[in-house]
Amino acid sequence: MSDPDKPELIEDGVRKTNEPVSSAVAAPEATTRRHEPHEPARTHLPEKLFEARKTVHNRRIDGPFRRFKWFVMLVTLAIYYGTPWIRWDRGPYAPDQAVLVDLANRRFYMFGIEIWPQEFYFVAGLLIMAGVGLFIITSAVGRAWCGYACPQTVWTDLFQHVDRFVDGDRFARQKLDAAPWGPNKIARRALKWTIYLVIGFWTGGAWIMYFADAPTLVHDFWRGEAAPAAYITVAILTLTTVTLGGFMREQVCIYMCPWPRIQTAMMDEKSLLVTYKDWRGEPRGSVKKAERNPGMVGDCIDCTMCVQVCPTGIDIRDGPQIGCITCALCIDACDRVMAEVGRPRGLIDYATLEDCEAEANGAKPRPAWRALLRPRTIAYTLIWGSIGLAMLFALGNRSRTDLSVAPDRNPPFMLMSDGSVRNSYTLSLRNMATRPRPMEVAIEGLPGAVMWSDTMSRAQAARMIRITVPADSTQTMRAYVVAPADTAATSFAFSLTALGEERETDRTETNFDAPQASQ
Amino acid sequence: MTTDRHDGKRVDEATGTETVGHEWDGIEELDTPMPRWWLWTLYLTIVWGVVYVILYPAWPLVDRATAGVLGWTSRGQLAKEMSIADQARTTVREQLVRIPIERLPENSALMQQAVAGGRAAFKVHCSQCHGSGAAGSQTLGYPNLNDDDWLWGGDLKAIHFTLVNGIRQPDRDSTRASDMPPFEGVFDAGQLTALSEHVLSFSGKGRANPVGARIYADNCTICHGPAGEGDRAQGAPRLNDAIWLYGNTREDVARQILRPRMGVMPAWEGRLDPATIKMLAAYVHSLGGGEDFVEVAADPAIEVDERP
Ligand code: SF4
Ligand code: SF4
Repeated sequence: MSDPDKPELIEDGVRKTNEPVSSAVAAPEATTRRHEPHEPARTHLPEKLFEARKTVHNRRIDGPFRRFKWFVMLVTLAIYYGTPWIRWDRGPYAPDQAVLVDLANRRFYMFGIEIWPQEFYFVAGLLIMAGVGLFIITSAVGRAWCGYACPQTVWTDLFQHVDRFVDGDRFARQKLDAAPWGPNKIARRALKWTIYLVIGFWTGGAWIMYFADAPTLVHDFWRGEAAPAAYITVAILTLTTVTLGGFMREQVCIYMCPWPRIQTAMMDEKSLLVTYKDWRGEPRGSVKKAERNPGMVGDCIDCTMCVQVCPTGIDIRDGPQIGCITCALCIDACDRVMAEVGRPRGLIDYATLEDCEAEANGAKPRPAWRALLRPRTIAYTLIWGSIGLAMLFALGNRSRTDLSVAPDRNPPFMLMSDGSVRNSYTLSLRNMATRPRPMEVAIEGLPGAVMWSDTMSRAQAARMIRITVPADSTQTMRAYVVAPADTAATSFAFSLTALGEERETDRTETNFDAPQASQ
Repeated sequence: MTTDRHDGKRVDEATGTETVGHEWDGIEELDTPMPRWWLWTLYLTIVWGVVYVILYPAWPLVDRATAGVLGWTSRGQLAKEMSIADQARTTVREQLVRIPIERLPENSALMQQAVAGGRAAFKVHCSQCHGSGAAGSQTLGYPNLNDDDWLWGGDLKAIHFTLVNGIRQPDRDSTRASDMPPFEGVFDAGQLTALSEHVLSFSGKGRANPVGARIYADNCTICHGPAGEGDRAQGAPRLNDAIWLYGNTREDVARQILRPRMGVMPAWEGRLDPATIKMLAAYVHSLGGGEDFVEVAADPAIEVDERP
């Protein structure tokens, strides 16, 4: 460990005395402890029904996991803020934004894919894949989603860096918190909260970009011409971002988020967790004490570095707990300490409970990646992959032409003056391509029948009608089908053929009603 | 491991927190203090409740609720939304009143709106007789409006005229009126059978015969035409098609010759506003049997009243 860090090992005075540790399970004096187990007996009423949050001033740390966390943070934020600005040329009849949720027209554009409301199963499929993806990750590496990619974590991390940038690292922040209000504190708080607000505003601002053409929206937004919904959304998201990321932070993970509760059911003794190897660390004791009593003191020197760097302010040495988001910053911290005192790294490490137990009983450590490959994760991955493949297949084979037919039921058929029988239908012709296409509606079967539409006269009746359906839209058309006098009730079909380079056809069976044959 | 206390409560050793003293299957509840923001949230909901009571109707009184300083009511909101919807309809109605019925098909957007409006109006004013699907009723003698058989003409203008003036309305000069005389006591049974058979022969349902032909020529040709082709100018039905308003059995035809039934329809002018009548005309025309404008315009019997 580098020199400037050294005095901080005892910086908080968390451990002022080096009392002998009374038992192997004696709880350490962690900063989060609410009651010391050995304090004098209290009255039987708890002294407080409600308890204020203890601000977490987590300490800066560097290490492989911290660097990975930086990386994930940059990538996720870049995706979030950048995606709406990617352009995608779809021709003159569709928007140029690569990812766009067009609520007004009920379309969802994602690069080369355009999704109509009736194709929403693609979005449902994506959500299922996201769900199964979380199963895979959780069963393999526990709450890695929480530790690195969850928006709450990413923004909390961002805000914690803001704290560090404005107020300094842990010790300075603690001091400032305790200090009375003065010009320095006011100035720093004002600066910090302003930065919070700016981040919150950008967060809300980026969100609305997904729902309208981004450059136009930015322009309208600043001129005060955007839809009220845009301003309201930005205001709400600014507020929630600052509240949840700036002030609530770990409380969201501990009290509000349902995911930790579900995750406990998804993990087992073979899932990787950030684990403190108590069999190796206990009993805790300083390096000096270890020298005095060789073999009697564990590897943990009780420096509380692992507690100080924790973004949720917990003590991992208490065992697996709901507050731990598996961010592994404590691993980075403890590995540094171990290097400092010349002991092997990995006192806190990613390990499965099973491996941990085996190691405690003298087995050789197993590489962590082995935990990733096991029937459960492989099964989840196969499910995940097959959903993905099925969706890709459906996507590649979906038709951009669709015909639906609703026969009139009141009355079901009509006798015409020349004795012929007429049925009426409401047809919906759907052109899901982003350009207008000429289409042909035709009768298949029903010999001798002809049809005409409500925009034609009966004199023009034919077996096929040609119609141009505008880009990306549904055209409703009433069709009157007349069959010769002796036609009996039967089924037949309408076909819809989109002309053009790629001929697409859809076909819908329907019924032709006729009077019961008499005599 | 827990420590016994005099009141049955314990202090949980692992966390140092007192238990609440309950135990379920060996699981004990810790008496952990609630986080303070939780309390704030409670206070906030109370504040919210108070503000809500001040702003919105809240306390029920005998026949209403307290008004609330914003003056908002769900009835008021409904009335506002209805008046907005009415406003939107007003422009369509004004356009409809202004446009002559024969020009309506040129404005396809307006035509579509008229058909939609007509569909709703039909359900209210016309379905009692013609049925909700406009299929009429043969037993009751209400014509089917979906087919292509029109006593008085089936283009937009003719339909509109019928709607405005009604059928056989005694107090209106312009009403559609025709009179088939009753032949009860004029023919003997044999003549009646021969005539019915002959009339049905026009549509291939009976056999042509000289007795029937002679009676037909003497009594019926003047209105129904020599081959039963009918005459729209006087509302005389075609006899040579497949559609029979009062039935196509020999008995049906004979009864209609002896004691003719003739339908009536109210004149809708004065009962419905001009825009609604135009919408109804557009809707009836759209049912599939509507005819194109042909030389009917030259027919003096079909004069459309263009007064708004
Ligand atoms: S586990 Fe490691 S970081 Fe934590 S107190 Fe012990 S030695 Fe320090
Ligand atoms: S205990 Fe370690 S892994 Fe868990 S949240 Fe704290 S720093 Fe992250």
